Amino acid sequence: MKKIALGLTAVALSLAATTSQAGQVEVLHWWTSGGEAAAIDVLKQEMKEQGDTWKDFAVAGGGGESAMTVLKSRAIAGNPPSAAQIKGPTIQEWGDLGFLENIDDVAKAGHWDKLLPPVVSKIMKYDGHYVAVPVNVHRVNWLWANPEVFRKAGASIPTTWDQFFVAADKIKKAGYIPLAHGGQAWQDATLFEAIALSEGTDFYKAAFVDLKDDALKGPKMVDALTKFKKMRQYVDPGFSGRDWNVATSMVINGKAAMQIMGDWAKGEFTAAGKRPGVDYVCLPAPGTSGQFTFNIDSLAMFKVSGKDTQKAQRDLARLVMEPKFQEVFNLKKGSIPVRLGMPRDKFDACADSSMDAFNAASATGDLVPSMAHGMAVNSMIQGAMFDVITNFFNSDSMTPEQAADKLARSVKAASM
Amino acid sequence: MKNNVVGRKTSGVDKALRIALYATLILVAGFYLMPLVVMLITSMKDAEEVRNGTLLSLPSYIHFDSWEKAWSSACTGSSCHGISPYFMNSFKIVIPAVAISTILGAINGYVISLWRFRGSNLFFAALLLGCFIPFQVVLLPMARTLGWLGIASSTTGLVFVHVVYGVAFTTLFFRNFYQSIPGELIKAARLDGAGFFTIFYRIILPVSTPIIVVTVIWQFTQIWNDFLFGVAFSGFESQPVTVALNNLVNTSFGGKEYNVDMAAAVIAALPTLIVYVFAGKYFVRGLTAGAVKG
Amino acid sequence: MNTNTPHSGSKSARPSGFSLTDWMPKIVLAPTMVIALVCIYGYMIWTAVLSFTNSRMLPSYNFVGWAQYERLFNNDRWMVALTNLGIFGSLFILICLFLGVMLAIFLDQKIRAEGVIRTIYLYPMAISFIVTGTAWKWLLNPTNGIQKLMIDMGFVNFKFDWLINPHMVVYCLVIAAVWQASGFVMALFLAGLRGVDGDLIKAAHLDGASTFTTYRRIILPSLKPVFFSALVILAHIAIKSFDLVQALTNGGPGYASDLPANFMYTYTFSRSQIGMGSASAMVMLGCILAILVPYLYSELRGERSEK
Repeated sequence: MKKIALGLTAVALSLAATTSQAGQVEVLHWWTSGGEAAAIDVLKQEMKEQGDTWKDFAVAGGGGESAMTVLKSRAIAGNPPSAAQIKGPTIQEWGDLGFLENIDDVAKAGHWDKLLPPVVSKIMKYDGHYVAVPVNVHRVNWLWANPEVFRKAGASIPTTWDQFFVAADKIKKAGYIPLAHGGQAWQDATLFEAIALSEGTDFYKAAFVDLKDDALKGPKMVDALTKFKKMRQYVDPGFSGRDWNVATSMVINGKAAMQIMGDWAKGEFTAAGKRPGVDYVCLPAPGTSGQFTFNIDSLAMFKVSGKDTQKAQRDLARLVMEPKFQEVFNLKKGSIPVRLGMPRDKFDACADSSMDAFNAASATGDLVPSMAHGMAVNSMIQGAMFDVITNFFNSDSMTPEQAADKLARSVKAASM
Repeated sequence: MKNNVVGRKTSGVDKALRIALYATLILVAGFYLMPLVVMLITSMKDAEEVRNGTLLSLPSYIHFDSWEKAWSSACTGSSCHGISPYFMNSFKIVIPAVAISTILGAINGYVISLWRFRGSNLFFAALLLGCFIPFQVVLLPMARTLGWLGIASSTTGLVFVHVVYGVAFTTLFFRNFYQSIPGELIKAARLDGAGFFTIFYRIILPVSTPIIVVTVIWQFTQIWNDFLFGVAFSGFESQPVTVALNNLVNTSFGGKEYNVDMAAAVIAALPTLIVYVFAGKYFVRGLTAGAVKG
Repeated sequence: MNTNTPHSGSKSARPSGFSLTDWMPKIVLAPTMVIALVCIYGYMIWTAVLSFTNSRMLPSYNFVGWAQYERLFNNDRWMVALTNLGIFGSLFILICLFLGVMLAIFLDQKIRAEGVIRTIYLYPMAISFIVTGTAWKWLLNPTNGIQKLMIDMGFVNFKFDWLINPHMVVYCLVIAAVWQASGFVMALFLAGLRGVDGDLIKAAHLDGASTFTTYRRIILPSLKPVFFSALVILAHIAIKSFDLVQALTNGGPGYASDLPANFMYTYTFSRSQIGMGSASAMVMLGCILAILVPYLYSELRGERSEK
């Protein structure tokens, strides 16, 4: 039957790629918010200086959901973009299907093995070969606070969850929104993951990396879920479906006091002309000061045809790792460079502390992959976890015990 | 004119009823207009007013800055050309797709209702399923097909997809319309020696205006508004306006520019709105002429 | 209404030997036939095949029997999506039909400025939810939408927060969907009303029937085919609803407002579960067939009995 053959060839990947013009890279990404778009613009300019053309294929929305649809549709059509914003275990999945280009030559010339922390280079390799280039390291477990609101409410900025609840009550009483939050599954998961991390690195790893059943439904999970549910009362009623950057702007404008969000939120503060330590404060999420949840953005390189296109693709990979780009991009995006030993003088206090925490956490083993951002588990299990977490947060009847039980069961079902 | 008008006597009760009728109609009109009004009002405010005003508070003075920005300089992702290039893309997709699917539909409808052969009804029934298939289902196999045909990520590819999934609707419309044409007409013409296409041009096409209008309006709206195919099958140069709008709305630089978002949304909707406003009359007339029968 | 079409063409007027005119109908139908065969049926069969495999990120052919269907119906989210489709679909269809009929009758009373009002009722059909999504989100959002508007107007206790209530959010979908499609249904009925034989109505009036009775007894029954068309169109809009959820709630809060089309999309494309996504697509197709087969039967039965 023709249709079956059709599917088979799709997997086998036809290389009947379309002819493209000389020296251009098409980059599929969903970096579309303020800091992100400004950051990607830097790369675009640098590519231009190399004489390559940058074709910006931005597909916004849904945390990359639309972008993934586009990528799959184009891969199946035998016409993938030169590079796409893919990360974590997903790189391995694409590698398994044979879509990714080996860029060991660029890596070797650029001494990537020496420059990259092993935890990063491991993710970028498929079957021992580099197939993707890391762009930055995000720390996810951050607390962003507007000190002005805290002053007005007479509260102090919390470093533990118990303090958080005390402060939140005061802020609420003073008429401000304690926690700026957007009701999207990944944001719920980001918040939850920060709370779970405060239950200990071992617990976090057991539950979200090794998917141990007893951790998933154990007492620590129940405790984390209980705290997480308590957050619901510190969120304003308009949170439903709100984008993360809209939530961030609530903190910027002084409508809300805090947000738990990765360091990309800093890009929004920067774009709004706010200064760290003065207009806003960045702190590790309560109870997680020595820990570091990482989210590494990367561009995976797809097999493309045409000498010029391949050359442009390699230019891209090389440029991304250059100190100049790493510095400029990360300054705009709010993240820290993946490259070790970068000069720090231009980075602000938040980034500085992030770099320290990264080094310290990798020494103590407190460096953990983010579940909410697809660094810990594949998209199936991540999706199953999202479903339980977001549903529990919005449900008025589910108990933390039930949620923990459900979490364990869904994870089992999804890993089938 | 046929009329179903009731209430020829004008008594007090009738008058009260009439007022109630108008009141109801206007109230309902308010409901329908609400989202559009919100969009229009917001698009004419400046950023400050959007932040501080309420949903329906009127702008202090009308400005079209955000319209200009949405059209030519707003950023979607990292390219800042507004939505105008994508607007043109949409036209490049819509015009051929509407034309081809309408022509195909007309000929199909002509055959199915006036040149029946064994199995033509079965064919029609089978085709009808195409109206109902959820489009998410066909994304992956269609992507493969487009790759095979060498038209993936291009305007041509999108035209192809829209023709494929539009032709079921257009055939349905024309078929239902042509059902009411008496078969004797064709028989007589054939005896006079007229051929298949001659009959179509000379006899059928001249009476088809109402249904052509309905079909064109329907197809134009469907294809212009499509997002799913647009996002899945477009390339860098062929993204339609709905995809660009989605990107724009999700792009922000330190705080959302809702006025620009709304202006872009209204611009993206303008072509279909204009079609409905100016051709709506013919749409209802065309429906009357037969599209709803059956 | 179409059953009285006489048979045309080829059988009665068949000339001897090969004639291009005889073959023409089949030739011109051929492109569409190929399209239907490949792009509708081919793809459906392919999806059916995939639903029995454990395909994940891209299609693969490792067959696992009915396992995906089993997983699907053990999946809470899918059950929520199906239930939502039931609630959403039936409410949406009923309200649209009711509103459509009422508005059409009202508009048929020699209304001044009928054209303007009709356009206002009809225009939502011209715009996609990609365009109106943000405006709708605002209107339904309790902190800046209708609720705030009413509170500002002095109704301090007015509450309209369905958008964030998992039990009520599906009704938000109904409101927006009715907004979009009811005007179109109105146009269908208005067209139907205009097509009703005026003499019939005059006769009824002469017999002394009231307006209400005339509508109930004479006019509306003659609009049966319109009801039918409207029903099928609405059912198909309901089952295919996708943009609506994507733009208004993205399935939230939690996944309380998910519909099958969104479930299928999410599982196939962002969760890399093509097998399960395909299984859910097959269930959706089953629902569609359940609606379509009776429709086609009644649509084509008349003609068959003629033969």
